[in-house]
Amino acid sequence: MQHVSAVREPLVTGGKTYHDVTQDVCRQVEAKPNVRWMAALSVALFLFGVFLYSVYRTLWYGIGEWGLNKTVGWAWDITNFVWWVGIGHAGTLISAVLLLFRQKWRTSINRAAEAMTIFAVICAAMFPVLHMGRPWLAFWVLPFQNTFGSLWVNFNSPLLWDVFAISTYFSVSLVFWYTGLIPDFATIRDRAKGPIARRAYALLSFGWTGSAKHWSRYETVSLILAGVSTPLVLSVHTIVSMDFATSVVPGWHTTIFPPYFVAGAIFSGFAMVLTLMLITRVVFKLEDYITLEHIALMNKIMMITGSIVGVAYITEFFIAWYSQVEFEQYAFINRATGPYWWAYWSMMTCNVITPQLVWIRKVRYSIPLTFLLSIIVNIGMWFERFVIIVTSLHRDYLPSSWAMFSPTRIDVGIYLGTIGLFFTLFLLFAKFFPVINMAEVKSVLKYGVDNGPTYVGGHDHHAPVQHAATPGVPASAPVNYNKHD
Amino acid sequence: MTKRFALGIFDDEDVLLHAIDNIRAAGVKIHDVFTPFPVHGIDDALGIERSRLPIAAFFFGLCGTSFALWMQIYMLGFDWPMIIGGKPHIALPAFIPVTFELTVLFCAWGMMITFFTICGLYPRWRVPVLDVRSTDDKFVVAIDLNNSTFDMNHLRQLLRDNGASEVNEKEMTQK
Repeated sequence: MQHVSAVREPLVTGGKTYHDVTQDVCRQVEAKPNVRWMAALSVALFLFGVFLYSVYRTLWYGIGEWGLNKTVGWAWDITNFVWWVGIGHAGTLISAVLLLFRQKWRTSINRAAEAMTIFAVICAAMFPVLHMGRPWLAFWVLPFQNTFGSLWVNFNSPLLWDVFAISTYFSVSLVFWYTGLIPDFATIRDRAKGPIARRAYALLSFGWTGSAKHWSRYETVSLILAGVSTPLVLSVHTIVSMDFATSVVPGWHTTIFPPYFVAGAIFSGFAMVLTLMLITRVVFKLEDYITLEHIALMNKIMMITGSIVGVAYITEFFIAWYSQVEFEQYAFINRATGPYWWAYWSMMTCNVITPQLVWIRKVRYSIPLTFLLSIIVNIGMWFERFVIIVTSLHRDYLPSSWAMFSPTRIDVGIYLGTIGLFFTLFLLFAKFFPVINMAEVKSVLKYGVDNGPTYVGGHDHHAPVQHAATPGVPASAPVNYNKHD
Repeated sequence: MTKRFALGIFDDEDVLLHAIDNIRAAGVKIHDVFTPFPVHGIDDALGIERSRLPIAAFFFGLCGTSFALWMQIYMLGFDWPMIIGGKPHIALPAFIPVTFELTVLFCAWGMMITFFTICGLYPRWRVPVLDVRSTDDKFVVAIDLNNSTFDMNHLRQLLRDNGASEVNEKEMTQK
């Protein structure tokens, strides 16, 4: 049985009304872009320029521009690919998994987190496509009949599973995100002063009017999309981990990879959500919506998933020893004490030790410390992928072919460039789209607020219903609108 | 065709739900209710039936599953069989990931397209809205005056008595 106290902590502070929510969220959409936004966009666009230059070099001169060699044939690109895909996972976790668990606090962060998912997947997709060397033939990964016969793609290969997983993930996240945006576009449309803005948002809003029947179907659709997105998000990083786990390379060939990668993905994703939200709430003055409580809750998720990742690191080491396989043991000893020891220990420090600081309440509720932690975790998770990929490859079964990997300027340029691409997209989103899901926030506005009727939506069958403070309705009015659900 | 509507504007969703019950009890047919967010309990109050979209979603998913299995079995098992890593031509366990992904893809897209179609939602330049505040902070009950046996004055009184903060009359041209 669910226990519901009479007074809960409100999810939105500052005693906002429905109209205040509209005002606060639409403000930056309707205002002229401010200097700080322009400055940030300039930096992002500059980095995007670096990206374009590096891509030009890669395509014109070939992937010889990258630091890969015969032994380490997969390094910087796949590290960045896995890093970006992992970051995307938090968005789906917030919008889908937390919706299924009826975590109402997610309402004020899900929009931006989902946007982050979509942009992160776009950045991730750049790496495998560029690594093809001839991206204009990228459609060859699809089951498309070969011109020279009827040869099909290999459905036994995890790399092909990845194609299906990432493209499904991207397109399903996109519809999920867009469906949520439609009612909010309608709000902006109905407030718009200029003819261009009204037309543009009318187009984007798909003619949404807020009819009760549409809302009823909308909620059904959201719930089912959340239901299918939940296993989807778990499958995506599982399949990414199988790119490694199904190959017979010491350090990769382990059954722990799928859960370990999924936990790592959520861990790094929440770190990125925190980084973005901490900036967004200040720049757009949304402190009443993204409260310290939200930050603390996200910190807790980060700490839990970080601990799972920590346990996985230790388990890997134990299993390497327990397996009695010489090569497996060497791969791990080489990680910790070999030439890439600094990468390994950066990973251990950033991912295993730092999140444990969140146990301290002061850290959990501190904005500067949380910001710092989120950056450290992002760095740590980048190193995790680097360690898994490069240290497993650079010393293979044949000592004569042992080599080291170091990135070239073009490698670094593409990586920094995707960060530019990501922030360009995110800043444009933050300016022209509502960063907070207004409709959903309005639906939880009365949550935990004592004056006025208490919100009785969802499954809270035991929620107290108060009517005394409602004007125009007698206190003894029969309440029967909670019978359904 | 021009339609005339009586619009009852409400400020609070709980007042709205009671008003809907009372208005329907008085024998007035409600054309539609426009709200800025999904109000729980409004389906029951208005007598909106549970959506059958979940059933559609299931069958879209089933289409995805069958299509994916057929595609992989046909391509690798019959059209161009190849021995890959000594595995059988039809290696079902290896086909599961793609099958799962296509199930989700078909389910999500099929359901979304169905949702947009049955709600009549598509991109357009102009959107006729009875009261623009209904996407901001007001809850609007629309009663079709052409189909109503009650006159405007009666409805005005009924809506007022049930807590409407404002009652308006509005004409709208519909295609």
